[in-house]
Amino acid sequence: MTHLPLTPSQTVGPFFHDAMMREDARCDVLVSDSTEGTHIRIAGRVLDGDGAGVPDAVLEIWQANRHGRYNHPADNRDLPLDPAFTGYGRIATQHDGKFCFTTIKPGAVPFDRRRVQAPHISLAVLGRGLLNHLYTRIYFDDEQLTAADPVLQRITPDRRPTLIARRDANESGREKVYRIDIVLQGAGETVFFEIASR
Amino acid sequence: MSTTTIGDIVRGDAEIFPPYLYEAYRSTIKRAPTRTLVEVPLTLSELTGPGPTISAVTPDDADLTRNAGTGGEAMGQRIIVTGRVLDASGAPVAKTLVEVWQANAAGRYIHRRDQWPAPLDPNFLGIGRCHTNEKGEYRFLTVMPGAYPWRNHENAWRPAHIHFSLFGNSWASRLVTQMYFAGDALLPLDPIFNSAPTERARAAMIASYAHDVTEPEWALGWRWDIVLDGPDATTFEPPRLGSDTVVSDPLARSEPAVIPSERSESRDPHQ
Repeated sequence: MTHLPLTPSQTVGPFFHDAMMREDARCDVLVSDSTEGTHIRIAGRVLDGDGAGVPDAVLEIWQANRHGRYNHPADNRDLPLDPAFTGYGRIATQHDGKFCFTTIKPGAVPFDRRRVQAPHISLAVLGRGLLNHLYTRIYFDDEQLTAADPVLQRITPDRRPTLIARRDANESGREKVYRIDIVLQGAGETVFFEIASR
Repeated sequence: MSTTTIGDIVRGDAEIFPPYLYEAYRSTIKRAPTRTLVEVPLTLSELTGPGPTISAVTPDDADLTRNAGTGGEAMGQRIIVTGRVLDASGAPVAKTLVEVWQANAAGRYIHRRDQWPAPLDPNFLGIGRCHTNEKGEYRFLTVMPGAYPWRNHENAWRPAHIHFSLFGNSWASRLVTQMYFAGDALLPLDPIFNSAPTERARAAMIASYAHDVTEPEWALGWRWDIVLDGPDATTFEPPRLGSDTVVSDPLARSEPAVIPSERSESRDPHQ
């Protein structure tokens, strides 16, 4: 098998909003009233090495539906798709680095033939100053499977909390609210991934 | 480029992909992670992705010279930008969304944070999108983007470029990059372009003038192929037959894009 040289990544720059966040291309609300599952809101900030909010980052998320089924041809398991849920979202940070998106709690998905992965949301971070996007994940502190998740197990215990969203006890709306910050650099730096290419 | 401090944290092939820390591009200094990346295998979470399902495109979206919807045509040198989207095995990535954005012919974005004194073009949004066809081919009609100044260093100018965003078949194949134009004298001076670590990597971001793409009495042609990372297309099975569930498209709401009328914010986006 020949392998062509890959095209390098470059920064998304500061001027992506009109293309990526035009009114019909933003999807920070992934759900409608008919979407199955527990509706949740995830909120936090993207922070730089000085602890300052990053005003020009993009977060892209990808997740399974409540049954743990991905809306993709590679997931051909006999589990229901939800016509009211695609699993993809794209969010730009605000001037103070804040982000927020509304979705559902995903179901657990397989890791390999024997093991299961805890419910999680895949996250890609793009932004001015990021020459290549960063991959990470969001887990949930109130899911029993989180402690034994095989991807989290690859991370030293002291850094695992950077990927675990915490239930906000002060929530007031109709959805459950979780909090997580994405720290690009320094103390509390979020764990970022190298995804095996094949 | 003069010598610069280059970090050792890279995602992907270090001969191809830029490091997160590349000090000559100053915005990397406080945003580059410092801890070694944690390797994760390809699970179902990485083998899947939004690429096959996001599809909101109209034919007009690929014509940046007219998609502002004003009835007028954008000013500038009309160009056709076309090429193929491939996976690393050389297989075409068909029916995948390609999103582009760029400065106008004078080097100005419609973005409210772009405030340098070059004219806006009321007939140019600088945004477009299309799907690749079965052969993996994309094609845009646009105008040649201008170079523009930025505040990264003294007398800094970005070479002409078009931003590209592609999803490919899986989460692992996501790519956001920039396409440059062969022969641009600003390329050797640009730290973003030069953050790609090798001559071969940098060459892979440069479009070639293509006379066979050029249309007489109409537009100059440029060709640029894109090779995406991630598992090969042959990894994927076709969707199950008999499944009648149609999942709605997250980008399907179609409202016309508009040029923002107020540009009050004057934040410097470059520091």
